[in-house]
Amino acid sequence: MVPVEYYIILSAILFTIGVLGVLIRRNALIIFMSIELMLNAANLAVVAFSSAIKSFSGQIFVFFVIAVAAAEVAVGLALIVEIFKSKHSIDVDQMSNLKG
Amino acid sequence: MSLDLILFLILALVAITTAIGMLMSKNAVYSALLLVLNFVTVAVFYLLLGAPFIAMSQITVYAGAIMVLFLFVIMLLGAEQLAPAKVLPWQRPLAGTLAFILVAEATYLLITRARPVGDIMPPTDAVNTMDNLRELGQTLFTQYLLPFEVTSILLLVAMVGAIVLTNRQKKGEPK
Repeated sequence: MVPVEYYIILSAILFTIGVLGVLIRRNALIIFMSIELMLNAANLAVVAFSSAIKSFSGQIFVFFVIAVAAAEVAVGLALIVEIFKSKHSIDVDQMSNLKG
Repeated sequence: MSLDLILFLILALVAITTAIGMLMSKNAVYSALLLVLNFVTVAVFYLLLGAPFIAMSQITVYAGAIMVLFLFVIMLLGAEQLAPAKVLPWQRPLAGTLAFILVAEATYLLITRARPVGDIMPPTDAVNTMDNLRELGQTLFTQYLLPFEVTSILLLVAMVGAIVLTNRQKKGEPK
């Protein structure tokens, strides 16, 4: 038996590591991976709550979140490939002008 | 201390270590592989929470499809490491302070809200799990049928969008 608080604390820690990744890294791919980590942390919290109140709604919600994350990754990586083609770098510091 | 709690603590340690390793690693390929390990650990958490279907979706979609796509793009671009550049001196301390405030606030608020929900019992035997799975499928295809169909359209749009984005210069426009 694990108290639901433990899962919530773990989820908060993982989410914060994702936020730190977005804040301190300059590699666009690693920033994107940190966003995935944040989505995952939120999913963990939702499943923990859903399991604690013995309901399916949370699990179905997480299933949809996973599907949307897959779509997001496909489009996001296509954008990163396009940026790399025009700038020859995926350093986010280089992406400082509006006109590509 | 029950077996569940020991398992939870070990897995939590693995999850946090791999997440920090993902954050700190200089090489993007190592980051991606550590993130795969993190996703698998979270899948085991889903099994502990009695959500086997979500655990399997997590492994196939996240650890399988999404991370393979990431590794493919990292190796395609040859962007394992960035060229060294000057970093802002105050960026890391500021980010660390803000992250600490965030984790403290989130933990406090979520715990004060989560307390009435109660504890998580260990998942029951296999027969019961299969029953859960059946019920989950029934709910998904009756009550949540419309969101399910909308998701399929969303995936189609994402697929078309990815192809259009990467294939644009074929129309003869100078690049």
